[in-house]
Order: sequence, then C-alpha cells, then structure tokens
Amino acid sequence: MNFSSPLTPTPVAIVVGASSGIGEAVARKLAHEGYAVALVARRADRLRALCAELNARPGAAHAVAYPHDVTHFDEIPALFQTILRDLGRLNVMVYASGIMLPSGFSEYNFGKDRATLEVNVLGAMAWLGQAATYFEQAGEGHLVGISSVAGDRGRVSNPAYHTSKAALSTYLESLRNRLTRKGVHVLTVKPGYVDTDLLKAVARPFWVVSPEQAAADIWRAMRRGKQQIYTLSRWGLVMWVVRHMPSFIFRRLRF
Amino acid sequence: MASFPSADRLALLTNFGHSIGSVAYVYRPTHAEQIAELYRSAAGTGFTVGMRGAGRSYGDASLNGGHVALDLQRMNRILDWNPGTGVIRVEPGVTIGQLWAYTLEDGWWPPVVPGTMFPTLGGCLAMNIHGKNNYVAGPIGEHVAQFTALLPTGEEVACSPTQNADLFHSLIGGLGVLGVFTSITLQLKHIYSGNLKGYAWASPNLRQMMDEMESLKADSDYLVGWVDGTWGGSGLGRGQVHRAHYFAPGEDPSPAQSLRVEAQVLPDTFFGLVPKSILWQFMRFFMNTPGAWLTNTAKYVHARTLDHRHHFLQSLVAFNFLLDYVPNWEKSYGRGGLIQYQSFIPRAAAAEAFADLLKLTQRRGLPTYLGVLKRHRPDKFLLSHAVDGFSLAMDFKVTGGNRPALQRLTDDMSRIVLDAGGRFYFAKDSTLTREVVAESLGPDTLARFCAMKARCDPQSLLQTELYRRVFGSI
Ligand SMILES: Cc1cc2nc3c(=O)[nH]c(=O)nc-3n(C[C@H](O)[C@H](O)[C@H](O)COP(=O)(O)OP(=O)(O)OC[C@H]3O[C@@H](n4cnc5c(N)ncnc54)[C@H](O)[C@@H]3O)c2cc1C
Ligand SMILES: NC(=O)c1ccc[n+]([C@@H]2O[C@H](COP(=O)([O-])OP(=O)(O)OC[C@H]3O[C@@H](n4cnc5c(N)ncnc54)[C@H](OP(=O)(O)O)[C@@H]3O)[C@@H](O)[C@H]2O)c1
Repeated sequence: MNFSSPLTPTPVAIVVGASSGIGEAVARKLAHEGYAVALVARRADRLRALCAELNARPGAAHAVAYPHDVTHFDEIPALFQTILRDLGRLNVMVYASGIMLPSGFSEYNFGKDRATLEVNVLGAMAWLGQAATYFEQAGEGHLVGISSVAGDRGRVSNPAYHTSKAALSTYLESLRNRLTRKGVHVLTVKPGYVDTDLLKAVARPFWVVSPEQAAADIWRAMRRGKQQIYTLSRWGLVMWVVRHMPSFIFRRLRF
Repeated sequence: MASFPSADRLALLTNFGHSIGSVAYVYRPTHAEQIAELYRSAAGTGFTVGMRGAGRSYGDASLNGGHVALDLQRMNRILDWNPGTGVIRVEPGVTIGQLWAYTLEDGWWPPVVPGTMFPTLGGCLAMNIHGKNNYVAGPIGEHVAQFTALLPTGEEVACSPTQNADLFHSLIGGLGVLGVFTSITLQLKHIYSGNLKGYAWASPNLRQMMDEMESLKADSDYLVGWVDGTWGGSGLGRGQVHRAHYFAPGEDPSPAQSLRVEAQVLPDTFFGLVPKSILWQFMRFFMNTPGAWLTNTAKYVHARTLDHRHHFLQSLVAFNFLLDYVPNWEKSYGRGGLIQYQSFIPRAAAAEAFADLLKLTQRRGLPTYLGVLKRHRPDKFLLSHAVDGFSLAMDFKVTGGNRPALQRLTDDMSRIVLDAGGRFYFAKDSTLTREVVAESLGPDTLARFCAMKARCDPQSLLQTELYRRVFGSI
C-alpha cells in the first residue's frame, strides 16, 4: 500500500552515519522494510546517490538526504526538528557515525583523541538525546547505537576509540534504564569486524561480516526488542572471556 | 525570542479513539494576541500550525505531527449572555457541556449538539457539526449569528450570514485551515422544560427503520436509529429507533425544577451499584465480535419488549449525550482503539447502499459494533457533508493486526458510497484518500475551497494531518 493512511502510517527512521558502511546498510534495510528514511552524514554526494537508489524502487517510501557534520553540535536540535517536520513522525533513530583514527602504540595525540570522542560520543549524545526527548513523549520508539566490542575492555591499541565505545555503551545503557519504563526500546550493537572503510585501519581482521549481514542482525534484534547484540554473535562469548580476564594477564597482551 | 518551535512543547496528541496519534509542539494560548504572535513566529519557518479543540474528532483532524498544534481549550470564557434573547458570545474553547450548563436555567439550550458534550464550540464550527435533529435544525452553522476569526495574514475578520458571507460559509466547516475562530455568537433555542418526551422501539431491519424515520420526521424534534451491525439476512441492520419531542410552553408543570443543572446530571452509578467510572473495564470483554453480537441482540430484544406507544421522560442531557453515560467508553475497545466511518447518502439510494456496506463489513469479518442512523438535509456551507438523505456512522475496533484490512475495507466502502452519490464527514474520517475526497466534493467545490485557502492563507501556514492527507499541502 503506497498511501500512508492514518491507519497504516509509513514508519520513519533517521540514520546518522548513512553515507557508508553499517549505517548505509541499515538505511537500505529499513527502506526495504517500508520505512521512510532520513539520511545524515557529511558526504552529501553519497547520501544523494543512496536516496536516488532507494527512491527509484516502485512504491518506495521516500528517502531524504540531510548533509551534516555531527561535530557541529549546535546545529543538531534544529536539524532534528527539520527532519521531524518533513517526515511528520519518528519511529527509529540509528546512530552509526563513528571514526577510528589509527594510533601508534606510544602515540598520545589529544587532537585525534578529541576528534574521536566528538564523533563517537558527543555526536551520539546530541542526536540520541533529541530522539529520546521525542520518544519519551511518543511513548514508543527504537533507539539504536552502533557501539563496538572495543568498548568492553580498554586495550593497548587505541585508547581513545576504546574509551569512546565504552562511553557510548554506558550512555545507551543509561538511556535504556531511563526509557524502558516509557515504552522506548534501546538497542546497543557491538560489531566485531565488519567489511567497511573503517576496517582498513585494522591489521589482521578475522570473522569479518558484510555490512548487509550486520544490518540484518540489527533489524532482527530491533524487531525482537533485544537490549544488546554482538555481530557475529560468537563475539559475545569471546568478549565474556575478555571481560573476565584478570588484569595481570590482560596487561601483558598485545591486542 | 526562544527558538521556535520549542522542543519542550513536544507532546503526544491522539484522536478520540486512541487509534491514531502523533507528537507535535503544543501551544495553549489564552488570548488571541498570542495566536497572532505564533502566526508570526511560524511564518517562513516551514512549520505549519494546526488548530485543536477538545480532540474529539475520530480521525486526524486536529493532529499535526512534527509541526505546531494550537490547543484552544484554555480560551474558554463566556463573553456575553443575554437570557432575554438567548444570544450568547463565547470564546472558541468553551465546550458544549459548559454552554448548556450556563444557559439551561434561563430556559435556553444549544439548538444543535453532537452525541457528546465534550467538544469545543471552535471544533464544532470548524466541522459544522450536526445533531440528531439535522433534518429540521440543520448544522450548527445555521445558528451562528456571528463569529470573529483571526486569519494567518494577521487580519481579524467579523463574519455573519450577511457580513463577509463568503467567509462565513467557508470558515464554518473549513476544518480550521482558513483561520482560527476567536469568538462565536450563537442563537440558542428556547425550551420550556429540561426534559424531552422520548419514544423508543425496535425495528426489524434497516429498510423498515429508514421508512419509519422518513414518515416520522415531519413530526419529530429528534430522530436517531441505533443499528446492530452484527445481524444479517432479513434482519440486516435491525435495531432501535429513538425519537424525542421538546415540551410546548406550559406542558411541563414545573420547568424550574427540570431546568436545573442538577436535574440533568448523569447518574454516577449504574443500577445504583456499579460506579460508571469503572464500567468501561467490564465493557472490554464485549468489544469483540461475539460480544458485540450479544450486547446488540440483548438491546434489540429489550427494545422489542418495550411498549413504545407510551412516551417516557428523558432529560435533554441523557437523550443527547447518551454516549457520555459511560466515561472512557472508547477505552473499552482495547489498546488499538477505534475509528468511525460515516457516510451520507441521498434518500433514494441510501437503503441499498447502507445494506451493501453492512454486508461488506460482515463478509470481511469486520462488523461494526455500533451503527448510528440519522436523517439529514442539505445546507449552504462550502464544505458540507449533508445531503437530503441518511447517514450511517459505524464504529470499528482497531487492533494491532487489522489495520491494513480495515483500510482496504473502508476503501471499498468508499467506492460504494461514491457510486451512490454519497458524501463523507471529516470529523469522522481517518481513511479517505485525496482522490475519493476530490470525487465526492466535485471539482467546483474543490476549486472554490482552494481559492478560499489561497485568499485566507496564502502561505499555507494552517495545516493539519487531515488537510495534508485529503487536500495535499499546497
Ligand atoms: C462520542 C462522540 C460523538 C459524536 N457525535 C457527533 C454528532 O452527533 N454529530 C457531529 O457532527 N459530530 C459528532 N462528533 C464529532 C465531534 O463533534 C467533532 O469532531 C467536533 O469537531 C469535535 O470538536 P473538538 O473541540 O473536540 O475539536 P477537535 O477534534 O480538536 O478539532 C476538530 C476540528 O476543529 C478545528 N478547530 C478546533 N478549534 C478551532 C478554532 N478555534 N478555530 C478554528 N478551527 C478549530 C481543528 O483544526 C479540527 O479541524 C462526535 C464525537 C464523539 C467523540
Ligand atoms: N567496521 C567495523 O569493523 C566496526 C566494528 C565495530 C564497530 N564499528 C562501528 O560502526 C560504526 C559505523 O562504521 P563503519 O564500519 O560503517 O565505517 P564507515 O563506513 O567509515 O562509516 C562511518 C560513518 O560515520 C560517518 N561519520 C564519520 N564522521 C562523521 C562526522 N563528523 N559527521 C557525520 N558523520 C560522520 C561517515 O559519514 P561521512 O564521512 O560521510 O560524514 C560514515 O557514514 C562506527 O561507529 C564504528 O565505530 C565498526
């Protein structure tokens, strides 16, 4: 049914970080599931190309591009309102923007650390906070944050990235504890290795999944109201071991 | 000035049936100047402004998700009352209930009321509501002596049937998208008792019910049929007819008693036992197809055994606002809520078309749990739902799973209505498409309405979800 009637309204999603990788795949999946999607990221050309692709399908709910840099925090409230105005409602908010800047083992570069935290944490808080306010009123909605297995433990490789993902996971947990009672679902996604641009900085990835596979896992978890998922799920087991590894061993490891 | 619209104004608004809702920036002005200020803030931002009264419409008429909603319920002052002439001037947020409670003791009653007393006068004018006396009294608009409205251009206009007559006949029934009513002057009806003489009896099927109503209409002040939507065959559309008369002067021996507000108040308990406030919780168990069959059948049998040749006294409130008897009855429909579908069909085609509608709902396994039949006559307003014929309003339960099926059903029903030359009523609508609305209004009316919109609101600042759905954002 193309006609979005009050009885069968088209659901709406915002995907921040929709220009590539996991965010792009999630946006595509949501569009195929009948969502109207607002696509947010810096690379306007890529967003427009994705819009064109999604809008070309017959009977598609429409996709709209909103070029934006998440570190321009002051713009976020107004942009959120604009999207809401254009699409009329919101059902799903996905925050997938993230950067992982390569770091030497002895490198302490505040500029990079700050940039990482700005995109991975502060941008997430700014966007998810807007959606949380809205969902609290609506009494329903899905908040999805793409965190990482990297947030489960502070490892030697990239302190800022690990910190950022730990912060995001904790922020999402707090939102969940606040919002479940208001009818809002909060999903924390912890991918292992996904075949995206971001992975190019990783030396020897293994168990690599496609962004489409990750998006399918995220969609299923959303439908089932899961609180947290690992993709692949076996990372759950691995990270359980890692989380319980005593510090005197963990300090000696090279990963 | 703070940013507009302000995020802390976000709130969920729903339809009467709790089946449709959206989150909007809700502002609650107390004075017309604040509305003018809001118009200025919204102009040029891309945010539209939608009016909302008590939110008693069955569809999306007073929703404006992601945009601004002006809840006018705080503009609820009675500005002027003349108990000699029965002329009252009120702000738009005054409700039907507030109105009659204020004037009854002086012997005046709103000439047209809906089936519930909670709607605001602003909402009633924007929809041009009708009562169970539409065939004699016309819509509420015919009893409006004057109103003032604030157009989005900033212009405040005074309108009456003779002053700015074109605006008068467009803003009444204009869905709140041409301007906001800021004051309303109504001519009330003189009454000589707080009671009505009521008659009730059972009718074995829809056709007979319509024939009875037709033959009695010349001699009835109110007429309404309650239709059992669960029964088929030769009893298709069977139910009860309720008919009522006002008292003539001197007929009520003690009008001062019956005209008291206390004499009108609906009782707090049923059978003196069950508190009404919890009744809807029990009704939940009957809001399914077997339950609706059972209650409708019980009502029918009960009515058949009544001796209807004798009239009984009923207070004006009890007769007109029967549905308010059970507070929160709409919640008995469960989490999914309900919608209503009301169509208006010229007399000659009505019996057959309504029979087709009832049969279709039954075939699809989505029978109506409550049907209401009324008699109408045409009026002179631009967007008018009335015809010289009958209307049938049907309530449908909405569930998590039946929404697409309900949409398909009402799409098919609309085809039947259009083919019978029928019309629809936006206060009750949540399913019509732009094409269906265009066909039912006809190109002339549509063009005149668009021209009026362009004149009153060139920026298209005033919109609602209903407006965007059936007219498209211009
Ligand atoms: C149980 C029940 C029984 C009913 N029975 C009947 C009936 O018998 N006959 C009938 O005709 N209707 C009936 N109705 C429908 C109801 O009367 C109308 O929907 C009415 O418009 C509701 O008024 P409201 O104040 O709740 O307005 P809302 O539903 O909030 O708004 C209705 C419309 O009015 C506009 N509006 C509100 N205030 C203003 C203003 N100040 N200026 C300009 N526009 C404004 C809104 O934008 C919207 O388009 C019934 C409803 C219920 C729930
Ligand atoms: N790939 C993996 O193996 C893996 C594993 C675990 C977790 N993750 C997480 O998954 C998320 C998505 O990453 P990905 O793997 O899909 O990598 P990606 O293809 O590089 O995607 C990153 C996205 O973030 C956006 N982004 C980056 N900086 C931004 C900024 N300043 N403003 C707005 N958007 C910005 C990018 O858009 P623009 O550049 O166009 O702005 C892009 O859409 C990240 O949070 C990442 O940490 C990935």
